[in-house]
Amino acid sequence: MLLLLFRLSFLSFFPSLSLSQHFAPTGTKPHQRISVSLNFKQRKQREEKRRMMMKLDTSGLESFSAAVPSAMAAAEDQLFAPPSFDLPAGCADFDKFQMEAKQTLKHAKGTTTLAFIFNQGVIVAADSRASMGGYISSQSVKKIIEINPYMLGTMAGGAADCQFWHRNLGIKCRLHELANKRRISVTGASKLLANILYSYRGMGLSIGTMIAGWDEKGPGLYYVDSEGGRLKGNRFSVGSGSPYAYGVLDNGYRPDMTVDEAHELARRAIYHATFRDGASGGVVSVYHVGPNGWKKLSGDDVSELHYKYYPVQPTPVEHEMVDAPPA
Amino acid sequence: MALRGDWMYENNGGTCVAIAGIDYCVVAADTRLSVGYNILTRDHSKICSLADKVVLASSGFQGDIRALHKNLAARHLLYQHQHNKQMSCPAMGQLLSNTLYYKRFFPYYAFNVLGGLDNEGKGCVFTYDAVGSYERVGYSTQGSGSSLIMPVLDNQLKSPSPLLLPARDAVTPLSETEAVDLVKDVFASATERDIYTGDKLEIVVINASGIKREYLELRKD
Repeated sequence: MLLLLFRLSFLSFFPSLSLSQHFAPTGTKPHQRISVSLNFKQRKQREEKRRMMMKLDTSGLESFSAAVPSAMAAAEDQLFAPPSFDLPAGCADFDKFQMEAKQTLKHAKGTTTLAFIFNQGVIVAADSRASMGGYISSQSVKKIIEINPYMLGTMAGGAADCQFWHRNLGIKCRLHELANKRRISVTGASKLLANILYSYRGMGLSIGTMIAGWDEKGPGLYYVDSEGGRLKGNRFSVGSGSPYAYGVLDNGYRPDMTVDEAHELARRAIYHATFRDGASGGVVSVYHVGPNGWKKLSGDDVSELHYKYYPVQPTPVEHEMVDAPPA
Repeated sequence: MALRGDWMYENNGGTCVAIAGIDYCVVAADTRLSVGYNILTRDHSKICSLADKVVLASSGFQGDIRALHKNLAARHLLYQHQHNKQMSCPAMGQLLSNTLYYKRFFPYYAFNVLGGLDNEGKGCVFTYDAVGSYERVGYSTQGSGSSLIMPVLDNQLKSPSPLLLPARDAVTPLSETEAVDLVKDVFASATERDIYTGDKLEIVVINASGIKREYLELRKD
C-alpha cells in the first residue's frame, strides 16, 4: 500500500515535464495518462497552425479563429498581440517556482559526519545538530541511521530527504533479502540509493550520505549524494564541518589501529569540527561495524568532551579577594 | 501576503507548544488568525484531535493546514476500518512524516507538533519541519513565537539527550498541573513580544482518562 501511494505521487511530481511536452509543436505523444484530453487539443492546434502559420500558441482563442477565417489577415495583429489578460502567476516557469518553494522551506543543513575503514571494520561518527538558517532547531537529531543490523547510513543535507530515503532504502534492502534469501551487499544497497537519487537529479534534493556496512566481502563504505554521485572509498567526511574533521582524521589514521584507538580518533575528529563549525554540535555518536553487525560505542555531549580534553587550569592569583569578616 | 506574483503561500501566524510528561501530554496553541498586519479572526482553532490518544497542532498557512488535517483524519478512518483499532501516536507520527514528504516538491506550509500517549501510556511529542523530518522529543514549539518560547522551555525542561551513551534518564519531572501552568506562562510572555500570537489560548491535555480542553484569555492587542 505504501509503495502504491508512492507510485501515484511520482506522477504528481512530474507536471512540469508533461506540460513542456504539451507545448511542443512536433508530434510527440505525451506519455502521461493526465494529458489524454490534450491530445485532441494538440490536433486542433496543428490544423490551425497549418492554416495560418501562427507563431504563437493561441489555443485559448480557438473558437474565435474558427468562426471568422476571412477576417484573419486584418485581425492578425490582434491575434499575434499578447493576450489581454496576464497569464496566471508562476505559469511562465513552473520549474523555477518549484525550486523556489523548495528553497524557502529547505531545512537542516550543516553537520559533520565521518566514516572510515580500518583492519577491524568500519567506524562511523556524527554530531547531532540541526539548524534552520541561524536557528538551532534541534540538538538531538539522529544522524546515523540504522538501515538494518549490519548496515548504517549517515545523514547530511536536508533532514527530511535523508530520513525518508534511508527508510525507503531499508525497505528495499529487506525486500531484497526476502526475494533473494540472502542479505544485500553494501555495494548493492548504495547502488539502489544512488540510482534513486540520480533519477531525482536537479529537483533540489539535498543528501550527502555514507553507506557503511559489513557484507561477505568484508567492510564496505560508499559515499552517495543527491547529485547522483557514488564513490567507493576508505575515508570520508561529509558536511559543513568536514574540513576540520578531515584534518584530525587524516593526521591520526593508521589502518592497523585497534577499535579503541579508532573510536577515539573518530570522536576527537567530530569534536574538533563542532568546536570550529557553528552548524555542528550537540552529541557525538560513534558506531563500529564489525563482522557481527554494528554496535554503538559512545554518545558524548560535546561540551563535556571539551572539558575532558582541555581541563580548566587553576590560574595562580596574586591578590585573592576574600569576604570581609562581619564587623 | 500574495503581493509577489508567483508566491502561492501565506503565513497566517500563530504558535503551538507541546510538552510530554510521564503519563500525560499537553498540547496548546493560540487562536489568532492573521494576514500581514490584519487579524482575520480571534477564534480559530489550530488543534486537531486525530485519535483518542493523538492530537496535532499546526501553525503556518491555514489552507494547507486544513487540507493536511483532513487528509490525516481520513487516513485514520481507513486505518480504523482495516485494523479495528485506533492509531497509536508513533504510528501517526510516521504517517504525518510520510504525508508531508509526499509533497516534497510543493510542500504543505505547515509547522506541526504532534502530541499524545504512546503504547505504554507515556507522554510522547513529535516535532516536524515543513517537509516531514521528525523526531521524538520531550517538548517542542513551532510557529511565529517559537523562537521566543523555545529558550524558556529549554531552561525549564531540558533533559539529557537520548543519544547519550550510557543513557541517562530523560523524563520531564513536572506534574500535569505544573506543565499546564508553564504553558500558560510561556504563551503570556510570547503574546507580549510577538504580534501574531494572542487573543485566546486553547490547551488540550491527553491522559489515561481521555482528552480535556481548556481556554485562557490572552492579550488582544
